[in-house]
Amino acid sequence: MYGLGMVRSLAVTLKNLVLPGRMFTVQYPNRRINVFDLAKRSGSNVLAYSLKNPKPALKALIGLASVEDRLPQHPRFRGQEFTWYEERCTGCASCAKYCPLGIIRIVTSPSGAFMQEGEKYDIDVFDIDIGRCMFCGLCVEACPYDALHMGSGFEEGSYSRSQLVIDVERLKKAPKLPSVWFRPQMESAGYDPHAGVELDWRGAGRHEKPSVHDQEETWAKR
Amino acid sequence: MAIKTEPITINLGPQHPSTHGVFRMRVTFDGEVVVDLEPVFGYLHRGTEKLAEERSYVQVVTLTDRLDYESSMTNNLAYVRAVEKLAGITPPERGLYLRVTASELQRIASHLITIGFMLQELGVFATVLMYCFRERERVLDMFEMLCGARITLSYMRPGGVTQDAPREFWPALDDFLKQMPGYIDELEELISHNEVVLARMRNVGILPDHLAVDSSITGPVLRASGVQWDLRKAAPHEVYDRMEFDVPIGAKGDTFDRYLVRIQEMRQSLRILEQCRDQIPEGPIKTEEPYFIRPPAGEAYAFVESPKGELGFYLISDGGISPYRCKIRSPSFINLTALKEMTVGSKMADLIVIFGSLAVNMGEVDR
Repeated sequence: MYGLGMVRSLAVTLKNLVLPGRMFTVQYPNRRINVFDLAKRSGSNVLAYSLKNPKPALKALIGLASVEDRLPQHPRFRGQEFTWYEERCTGCASCAKYCPLGIIRIVTSPSGAFMQEGEKYDIDVFDIDIGRCMFCGLCVEACPYDALHMGSGFEEGSYSRSQLVIDVERLKKAPKLPSVWFRPQMESAGYDPHAGVELDWRGAGRHEKPSVHDQEETWAKR
Repeated sequence: MAIKTEPITINLGPQHPSTHGVFRMRVTFDGEVVVDLEPVFGYLHRGTEKLAEERSYVQVVTLTDRLDYESSMTNNLAYVRAVEKLAGITPPERGLYLRVTASELQRIASHLITIGFMLQELGVFATVLMYCFRERERVLDMFEMLCGARITLSYMRPGGVTQDAPREFWPALDDFLKQMPGYIDELEELISHNEVVLARMRNVGILPDHLAVDSSITGPVLRASGVQWDLRKAAPHEVYDRMEFDVPIGAKGDTFDRYLVRIQEMRQSLRILEQCRDQIPEGPIKTEEPYFIRPPAGEAYAFVESPKGELGFYLISDGGISPYRCKIRSPSFINLTALKEMTVGSKMADLIVIFGSLAVNMGEVDR
C-alpha cells in the first residue's frame, strides 16, 4: 500500500525515541546487559534472580541495566601506567641509558637515608614522556633491581601532550599494578595485575636485597 | 565523424583507501584500459636504516617491528639472525623453536589480512575481511601471552627470545590448531567457488614465471607463478630443516593463484606449528648477552622467508655498539617492480585487485 513504507520507517524512529533502552547511550567501559546475562553473572537462573532482586531485573528487562565490561588482558600486557617502586630504585639510570628514544630523564642527588641498608640516591626527577614512548619495555628489561615495571592499564588518554609526561610524584602515587612482562618471579607467583590487587615492593623483585654475588658477578657483566 | 580520443594520465593515490598506506600510481588510461603505470613511493619514508645507525644492536629490534607492521615477528627474526651471524651467537634450541612457532603464527595472521583485504578490494566482500580478522584476533591474543603486545612485538633478541611462553600459551595453541583448519575450510567455502570472485580474479594480472624470476620477486607471488622457491626449504634457517611441510605452487600466476597459494600456505603453517609443539625441548631460551653487543668488525647478510617474501638484513659492523650500516632488503619493495608488467592491458578495476594480491605493505616499501 502506498505510504506504508513511510509509516514503517517512522515507527523505527519512534521506537528509538520512546524505548528507554534506546534513549540513552552507554559509555565506553560499560555495556548494556539483558536480564538473562545478568542472572548468569550472579550465578542463578532468571526466575530466582528476578524474585530475589526485582529492581535490577526490571531495569534489565526494559534495557537500562549496564555493567562494566572490558576485554580480558594477559598479565604480561605491556601497559601505559608504569609502576615504579621507590624502595627498590637506586637511581642508577640504566633505564634512561637503555631507552631507544631517550625519553626517560633522571636527576639524582646523594642522600643520607639508608633505604635498605645500602647507599642510595634521592630521585629528584624521574620523567617518563609516554607521549613518545613506544612501550617496547627495554627499560624494564634493563632495570637490575626490578624497580621499574610496565603497567597494566592503557587508559591514560589526555587532551595535551604535557600531561603525558609522568613525573616522580605521579609515579609514587600511581597504583602498584605491575605487568608481569619480563618478571618471571611474579609470573611464577601467579600474580595477575588485572585482578586489582596491588603488589608490595617486596613481592615485585627477585629478592629483597641483591646479594653480593648478583651485584658483582651477574649484573656487572650484563 | 570519428571522435578524437587521447590517453589520459591520472594519479591513483597517494591518499587512496585501496593503496594500503600512502602509495601513488601514475597511470595512463586509454578509456578503461591501463596503457602505462609508474609506481611512485617514498611518502612513508621514516629513515629506519639511518635510525639503526645510532641505536645499539638490541634497540634496533624495536625499529624492525615497524617495517611491515602486519608481520613484526618475521622482521624481528630476520634482524636478530643478522646480528647473530655478525657476532657469532648460537641461540639455544628452545629459543629457536619458539621463534619458529611465533613466525608461523605471524604468517597465518599476515596471510589472513592479505586475503581479507584482497577480497575487500573486489568491492563487496568486507564480510570476509571481518571473518579473517576474527581468526587473526586469536593469533594476536597468543602474541599478547608471549610478549605483552599485539602488533609492535619486539619479541626476539640476539641470542634467543625475551621470555619463555607462559603456561597458558600451549593450551591456547592446541585450541587454535584444532579449530583453525575448520576456519580455513569455511573461508575456502565462501571464496573459492564464489562466482564473482572467480570472474574478477581468474586470468587477471598474470605474471609469467620467467618474468617473476627476472624481477627477483619472492614469496607467495613467485610461488603462484609456478616457481618452487621457498627459503624455508631452499636454505633452511632456524629449525625448518627438521620440519615436514610442502611448498604449494600455483599453475598460472594469476590473482586467483596468489589467493590459493596463501590459503594452502596457512595449512602448511599449521602443520609446522603442530610439529613445533611436539618437538619443542626444555631448556634455556636465550644465551646471556651483554646489553650492548659489540660484534667484531665485519659484515653479515641474513634472510628469512617472511609472509611477503625474502626479507633480508645486511649489517656492517665497525666494532662499535651500533651498526655502521643497516640495509634492509624488503620483499614488498621488490615485488612492486613487476606491477607495470602485470597491469598493462587490464582494466582499471582489475588494477586495484592486482595490487591487493601483491600484498604490499607501505611501511616496508619506504622504510
